[in-house]
Amino acid sequence: MNDIVANCVSHNTDVLIIGGGAAGCYAAITAARLDPSLRITILEKANIRRSGCLAAGVNALNAYITEDYSPEEYLEYVRWDAEKIIRDDLVLSMCKRFNRVVDDLEKMGLVILKDENGKYVCRGKRNLKINGENIKPILSRETRRYANIEVFNHVNVTDIVVVGDRATGVVGFSVDCNASYIVSARAIIVSCGGAAGLYRPNNPGFSRHKMWYCPFNVGSGYAMGIRIGAEMTSLEMRFVAQRCKDTIAPTGTLALGVGAKEINALGEAYGKKYGANTSSRAYGATKESSDGRGPCYLKTVGVTREQEEDLWRAYLNMAPAQTLKWIESGESPSRFNVQIQGTEPYIVGGHTGSGYWVDACRRTTIKGLYAAGDVVGGAPKKFVTGAMAEGGIAAETIVQDLKQTKRTSLSETTSVALEKVKDYERRLTPRKDQVFTTDELEEGMQKIMDEYAGGIGAAYRYNSQQLGLARKEIARLQKVLLFQHASDMDELLRVYELKDRLTVCQSLIAHMQDRHETRWPGFGVNTEYPESDENWEFFVNSRVVNSEIEIIHRPLNKGETFYEHTN
Amino acid sequence: MSIRIERERCVGCGACVEACPGNLIKFDPDGRAFIRRPEDCWGCASCMKECRSEAIFYYLGADVGGRGALMQVKRDGAISRWIIRGYDGATFTIVVDRKQANKY
Repeated sequence: MNDIVANCVSHNTDVLIIGGGAAGCYAAITAARLDPSLRITILEKANIRRSGCLAAGVNALNAYITEDYSPEEYLEYVRWDAEKIIRDDLVLSMCKRFNRVVDDLEKMGLVILKDENGKYVCRGKRNLKINGENIKPILSRETRRYANIEVFNHVNVTDIVVVGDRATGVVGFSVDCNASYIVSARAIIVSCGGAAGLYRPNNPGFSRHKMWYCPFNVGSGYAMGIRIGAEMTSLEMRFVAQRCKDTIAPTGTLALGVGAKEINALGEAYGKKYGANTSSRAYGATKESSDGRGPCYLKTVGVTREQEEDLWRAYLNMAPAQTLKWIESGESPSRFNVQIQGTEPYIVGGHTGSGYWVDACRRTTIKGLYAAGDVVGGAPKKFVTGAMAEGGIAAETIVQDLKQTKRTSLSETTSVALEKVKDYERRLTPRKDQVFTTDELEEGMQKIMDEYAGGIGAAYRYNSQQLGLARKEIARLQKVLLFQHASDMDELLRVYELKDRLTVCQSLIAHMQDRHETRWPGFGVNTEYPESDENWEFFVNSRVVNSEIEIIHRPLNKGETFYEHTN
Repeated sequence: MSIRIERERCVGCGACVEACPGNLIKFDPDGRAFIRRPEDCWGCASCMKECRSEAIFYYLGADVGGRGALMQVKRDGAISRWIIRGYDGATFTIVVDRKQANKY
């Protein structure tokens, strides 16, 4: 008998933030500044000091409106890159805030490169050069300046509690000790990041977590929303990143920083053949390789020794494995071109368009539930500053909305949440006849997704029959997982993370089945509909109704038209 | 891709346990840190940056081109010294001033 039911911490707050990454921390800071009387609580499954996508740091701010450009220009850039499937209202509202966020980050202590006149030095049209290895400690330090922000680290949230038609709280458990948490709130922001680890990764063995996106972002934010019937958009717009081989380190620093061009094994620059947006570039490397002209490289041979040393330092500030590889192998970039490869597909609303369907104020379709950062769909190319901008927008909306929101009853939230706590208890009860480890089930999921739902092994290609098999096989694993037990809290975390990943897989497959075209060939090719089709210029959305995934098509909103929903 | 924590150097302060974004570092019964699942390490180096005992070393797995070199970081004010020790014992140091932005 374990005591997770008895060790239940009940807590009440005004604004609850699930996930203390860049978006979550900035939402907390914004709300705290706007209304010092609000109680703001961050629940984070690791520790906000280093958690989330920015754990390793970041060496540029990729979204900034530089002197000669405008938010409207950024909007058109996003529209071009995402092949039209974007929400103008969401993209515009975030990029109008990029520069405010950057000012704020600099005041908090972020080092940003400036010229002799004190102006920021830009990388390309929209990037700023920074020293961002400590960006997360800087953000977490800022949260400590406000007495009305409290942080519960090492608490994994599994479910959002809905009473009537309103999200009223969450339930979760400590990843360290045998304790559960029920927190009720007047408003909830979900900011848990995107989903990695759905597909078999580039390095499936010992280095399985040497991936681009944070492997600890498992899609819980999406999964919790899907389970309570929140509407999701564009999950089929997966993201395949083009990265340095093996270390899966970013390539932008080489491409934009020192102007390295993509070349194939024959030394031919192939970029112009495929187009320049993110999907086309990813497609180029895949196609060149599948046509027998791989491997592909970024042509770095010829960079100076000084440039090379700066590259070593730049990578230490965000992807130290790449610097180690250069030094350890002796194959430094000035003498050897850097081999590139596509990653396994991720679901990440900060780069592509997958996530919650929200209104311009970042309200989800569930009353009382708001979203920010990589979990929000319809607004690709957020990067760090866009995720933070969305945290700010959600916080501002909540401060206004709470003027009309009464406190909800803790007892109703508790009674719903206790059912979930009992499930933790059941899973923590020892079971001797368990056949599979949770790791084995995860491997099973990744194999299914790889082979049947357009992973690396399938060269990102899929058809309706394969997707049907994927759906059936993922459902099999969901049933097996119902009876998966855990020997301790660490194992329990893995069971619930896999549950969330499987939930996301099912919705993702449904979206892929629905879109009868190939709009982003670098992210996936529907072999039955291998071309882009202008009749599919709309959003594919979904929500779960009575345990079934219902698909909804929604039109694109153009220009200044705002999409609003009443929840 | 993973890290090694040298038990003799660990003072049990718990900074790495707090820093790991994957909750992978735990205390052993003697109160010293160990990585419970080395294969689940992302390679973010958060733990190394937080460790004041210089007890944590970073290496590339054999499946991603590793040759057995170990990398550590020593911090002194705003200066980080990243020291790479090859399998043959040769060392290589890269100095990063954290007050300086990247040039790329």
